[in-house]
Amino acid sequence: MRILIKNGLVIDPSRQMEEKLDLLIEAGVVKEVSASINVGPSSPDQVIDASGQWVVPGLIDLHVHLREPGQEWKETVASGAAAAVMGGFTAVCCMPNTDPVNDSAEVTEFILERADTAGLCRVYPIGAVTMGSKGERLAPLSELKKAGCVAFSDDGQPVYNPEIMRRALEWVRMFNAPISCHEEDKHLSRGGAMNESSLSERMGLIGMPKVAEDVMIARDIELARVTGGHVHICHISSARGVELVRRAKNDGINVTAEVTPHHLVLTEEAVEGYDTNAKMSPPLREEEERLALIEGLSDGTIDVVASDHAPHEAASKEVEFSEAAYGILGLQTSLPLLLDFVDSGTISRLRMIEVLSTAPAKVFNLKGGSLKEGKVADLTIIDPQVEWIFSPETVKSLSFNSPFIGRRMKGAARATIVDGRLVMLDGQLIRSA
Amino acid sequence: MTNTDIDYSRHLLGIEHLSREELYNYLDNATHFLEVSERDLKKVPALRGKTVVNLFLEPSTRTRTSFEIAGKRLSADTINMTASGSSVSKGETLLDTARTIAAMNPDVLVIRHRASGAAHFLASRLENTAVINAGDGMHEHPTQALLDLLTLRQHFKDRSGGIEGLRVAIVGDIRHSRVARSNIMAHLLLGNKVRLVGPSTLIPDLLVKENCFGEPLQVFYRLEEGIEGCDVIMLLRMQLERSAGGFIPSLEEYAREYCLTSKIVERYAGDAVVMHPGPINRGIEISGELADSPRSLIEKQVTSGVAVRMAVLFKLATASGEEKRE
Repeated sequence: MRILIKNGLVIDPSRQMEEKLDLLIEAGVVKEVSASINVGPSSPDQVIDASGQWVVPGLIDLHVHLREPGQEWKETVASGAAAAVMGGFTAVCCMPNTDPVNDSAEVTEFILERADTAGLCRVYPIGAVTMGSKGERLAPLSELKKAGCVAFSDDGQPVYNPEIMRRALEWVRMFNAPISCHEEDKHLSRGGAMNESSLSERMGLIGMPKVAEDVMIARDIELARVTGGHVHICHISSARGVELVRRAKNDGINVTAEVTPHHLVLTEEAVEGYDTNAKMSPPLREEEERLALIEGLSDGTIDVVASDHAPHEAASKEVEFSEAAYGILGLQTSLPLLLDFVDSGTISRLRMIEVLSTAPAKVFNLKGGSLKEGKVADLTIIDPQVEWIFSPETVKSLSFNSPFIGRRMKGAARATIVDGRLVMLDGQLIRSA
Repeated sequence: MTNTDIDYSRHLLGIEHLSREELYNYLDNATHFLEVSERDLKKVPALRGKTVVNLFLEPSTRTRTSFEIAGKRLSADTINMTASGSSVSKGETLLDTARTIAAMNPDVLVIRHRASGAAHFLASRLENTAVINAGDGMHEHPTQALLDLLTLRQHFKDRSGGIEGLRVAIVGDIRHSRVARSNIMAHLLLGNKVRLVGPSTLIPDLLVKENCFGEPLQVFYRLEEGIEGCDVIMLLRMQLERSAGGFIPSLEEYAREYCLTSKIVERYAGDAVVMHPGPINRGIEISGELADSPRSLIEKQVTSGVAVRMAVLFKLATASGEEKRE
């Protein structure tokens, strides 16, 4: 299949490029990127006019929950993949907190098979660090790696025993895979439903203090320092956490960090009125924390934006605030929410594309993230101007838990191309035959 | 569905949403109902034909009884539902409970629930029913604050300024107390000076900061300093399980530092009255002799409770009735 994309603004952070160019895809790779591509007599299968649009390396989300196997009423690999390509993502990394937990090659292979059947985006499983994510015995890390896991995590269940964490980091260092850490000491956040603040005190809700996150970040940085293993900090949410990562990087420690779009956009005020669609872990925090996250993302302390896409059925959100499930959808809102920062001049266009594609590819050692000739043809065409509303009708997930439902958005993915194949164009999914 | 589009004037979810005028309005009406409660025949036909459901999903005898008596004295049809006797104990969700109640279409729902925000949850889902928060988690207990104010208003009726310009000390487990939160907001609304007294683990730093209740609150870790010169000392019930949660070393240690006795009050706040929302733990937060002494308003608080709840039921039941007729 040959696809010619004409007149788009090619933005490629892997070579600091922002230029109006044509781009030709052939046999699954980027064949040519130049000012005017003339394909001669053999016309391509598809020509896309991308005038006024951006052609970027495919977006990659390092942190999603696809809920399969085990909670298929919330999301499946197929529905999650549909949401992904609709949101411009060519690859997603799915967390292992499924049922059963992804702590065996069988589960990893099952997820990959489901992704293959869905035929939309790349799905990279993340394996559990410990059996059942119970924090007691190491999962078969090498076997998981061979089966296709790209990183390891006990997401949602921190590895409390520091010795186990140390051995895990030593083990994964052998094949250069990161451990993605949900940083939360649940003794400090016990029973917590929102950020610990004056607002939580007024609302009578038990708070999740920032220090619950910070102490675990500090511990894991020290373990990364002594082991040389790669610690990837999930969904960082506190200013102090950002500062700890900044210092660690200055010290040359093998640490990377991600932030979610919602922590960049919202503050804890979103929970006023006890809105359970604004309940997540880590929780939304105060404005000064939000500003520190934006600064961290701009100056490179935070490497990537990942959505923590966490679908939940209505019944687990339409309950008392303290009982409600943590988490919100993310795959279809990441891109437009970040485009707002470009619009306002807060983050440069090139940096925004970098944190959504080139940087995540690098952090988890994945294909993609570049539009250089010869590279795999995973790419996204973005219409930065189109205005739309994130309505329930536009949701491709099986769940609808998002505080952004009803929000007016500017900018969207117009086309998503995976491995040289068009999987989404103008809002239509195109599954492989 | 979210809880964000609530018409707060239709419900009583907290002191937070009351204006000073509305607060006084409740107290004025309650004063009238106090008098009704002293009559031989304590029943008035004000709410005849109205239905009040008391849904108490957390154990409570005094508040439930108080609401029940209030409803009956107003001639409302008052129905009590408790957790153990209802489908809630069979695993029904709050959403289903809300739907069931909506289908029965009562005029007023009185809700007591262990989760903060439960009253908001119901208010946003019940179109034709006024919701009264009878205590939601650690959040608010507005009728308790109103009955405390009514009690003080009776006591200070000859004082110039009435219940304004008072120095109020709230003592004990502020952290977990909805009574404290509602009273803090009520006294700040009246311009009173509020002091919080108790151990540092039970008075969160974030609760006393200005952005919590609109102005910074004074904190005292020593009982004697905290009550010194106060007009009102409000004691909170110490939940017996707090030491297991790590908030206090033991009840004995708490009592040694914070148990209020007549002797301490005499010495540091000779004119003060003492209040307690009940039930009291004698010898933990208050000595038995102080609880039974003339400066204790504890029994008067109970009497005020019925009158305040009559005032709240009356206002909200008639307001929702007007809406229905429209």
